[in-house]
Amino acid sequence: MNPQSNSRGALVAKLVVLAALLAFPLVGSAFYTEMVAKVLVMAIFAMSLDLLVGFTGLVSLGHAAYFGIAAYAVALLTPKYDPASLWVALPVAVLGAALAAFVIGIFVLRTKGIYFIMVTLAFAQMAYYVFHDTPVGGGSDGIYINFKPEAAIAGWAPFDLNEPLHMYYFIVAALVLVFGFLTLLLRSPFGKVLVGIRSNEHRMQSLGYATFRYKLAAFTVAGGLAGVAGFLYGVLFGFVTPEYLSWHQSGNVLMMVILGGMGNLAGAVVGAFAFIGLQEVFSGWTKHWQLLMGGVIVAAVLFMPGGLSALPRRLYKKFKEERIHG
Amino acid sequence: MDFTTFLIQILNSLQYGLLLFLVASGLTLVFGIMGIINLAHGSFYMIGAYLAFALTSLTGNLMLSIALGIPLAFVFGALLEWLLFAHLYKRDHLEQVLLTYGLILIFEELRSLAVGDDVHGVDIPALFSASIPLSDTLSYPVYRILISAVCLLLAAGLWWLMQRTKLGMMIRAGSHDRDMVQALGIDINLLYRTVFALGVVLAALAGMLAAPISSVYPGMGSSVLIISFVIVVIGGIGSVWGALVAALLIGFADTFGKVLLPDLAGLAVYVLMAVVLLWRPEGIFKKG
Repeated sequence: MNPQSNSRGALVAKLVVLAALLAFPLVGSAFYTEMVAKVLVMAIFAMSLDLLVGFTGLVSLGHAAYFGIAAYAVALLTPKYDPASLWVALPVAVLGAALAAFVIGIFVLRTKGIYFIMVTLAFAQMAYYVFHDTPVGGGSDGIYINFKPEAAIAGWAPFDLNEPLHMYYFIVAALVLVFGFLTLLLRSPFGKVLVGIRSNEHRMQSLGYATFRYKLAAFTVAGGLAGVAGFLYGVLFGFVTPEYLSWHQSGNVLMMVILGGMGNLAGAVVGAFAFIGLQEVFSGWTKHWQLLMGGVIVAAVLFMPGGLSALPRRLYKKFKEERIHG
Repeated sequence: MDFTTFLIQILNSLQYGLLLFLVASGLTLVFGIMGIINLAHGSFYMIGAYLAFALTSLTGNLMLSIALGIPLAFVFGALLEWLLFAHLYKRDHLEQVLLTYGLILIFEELRSLAVGDDVHGVDIPALFSASIPLSDTLSYPVYRILISAVCLLLAAGLWWLMQRTKLGMMIRAGSHDRDMVQALGIDINLLYRTVFALGVVLAALAGMLAAPISSVYPGMGSSVLIISFVIVVIGGIGSVWGALVAALLIGFADTFGKVLLPDLAGLAVYVLMAVVLLWRPEGIFKKG
């Protein structure tokens, strides 16, 4: 089964969603446009984690570290009274996140299974404390990004991120690029090796693949893409706090991946919409919205294995069974 | 650092390490025997601390509250196993991580609904409120020594239970081959329920004992959970003995980290973990 369905229907569905995203600011209010922008950033974040969890079989519970490191990179690169150059800040943030993932990956990928879950969590916590306990990034209060990075090339600016619409379309473009990049990556021989590692690492090893290197490469790429999301998130909201690296953030993004269905890039996007949608609805009802969120998570695990994107398939299967037996 | 201060730091390290052992032993027991990774374990610690606060407000006596709290925690643990965790044994780790993550959110909000988000203090019982003088200016509180003694007793008790009793033998056999133990006529469901409830009691007891010294505050379960994970990883998952050694190491790393490098105290523990994992990716005492 090819997780990235090539069928015409799936392609049409993706194009319809893209068209809806492009048209949204024309019909939605500024408030909802910013919220959709936030969801799209989280969708990039969720896709980057899905590369590890869904495709390579590495359940990381510390993915927020790379998201947060990139966000802090922008904040620290932005001069106090001037904007940073987008063409410097973006690559530095993304490469910084990727480098952190590379170094941490060397440690954590020595472990497997449950150890991996715990160790990724612990390393992310280490990064959290670096920003929480030291004055580098403003300590526990975090740090403001007073000026959004400026896109000027030799004095000419093709767009201006201070314009909410420009910011929105910049994020949509990033989503499309990351989606396209991951789709190509997963179709490449490299991607096939990752999927092979997920189903049976020993077999891949005996076939002669140096699986550690492949996993490290996947971990680094996933960290860099989480960095893209972290960069966008920091720029969108104009501040960064240690909470960006917290393990609750890692838990939430993992939840988005599962909710949408693992091993399915479009699913990660759906999961981000579902998760933040629920969060908005619940927090409109009560201050204690996390209680409802927790309830949904528990219920989802108990009653909905495979996530939302597996739901149509499961319903279809049930429908067919009933036709046969009923 | 003069000798008396040094001595006090050593005692503090031991006390903190032993307390962490109580929490981590439950975590590693439940994982090692039932194969469940339980992120909500830190919540049991928090629940214990709040239970101590609530019961002490009622009874006015921490010791009495602990005596009441232990059976309550046991029943709570057994109920939780029956309602939720019993459905997780055959699921993969990812689903266990998720469900227990959801539980953390639920427990944290229920706590907020029930007692609010204030920080509370719990009084040390009058009987143990004295201090032992170590020098002219420094003294060490009896209550902390009591905590260490209780934790040491429990560690010994746990070892005895697992290695020397019939129940321990059944538990160990059950962790290797569930079906075989069941075929021998032992009620494996009851056995697992007991082990899980025991894990809850250990974490809750640690929370109750810690309440007077660390006070009772929202999110207190989270930090303890992460440290317990580090301990379980360093010690080797499923190894109670490894958890004890690792907890003591962490106690020392954290206490002396705070004294020697106050700015980076939160890091010391994780650096220790990184070093251990480079040396032994599966912990110091890997379980066969």
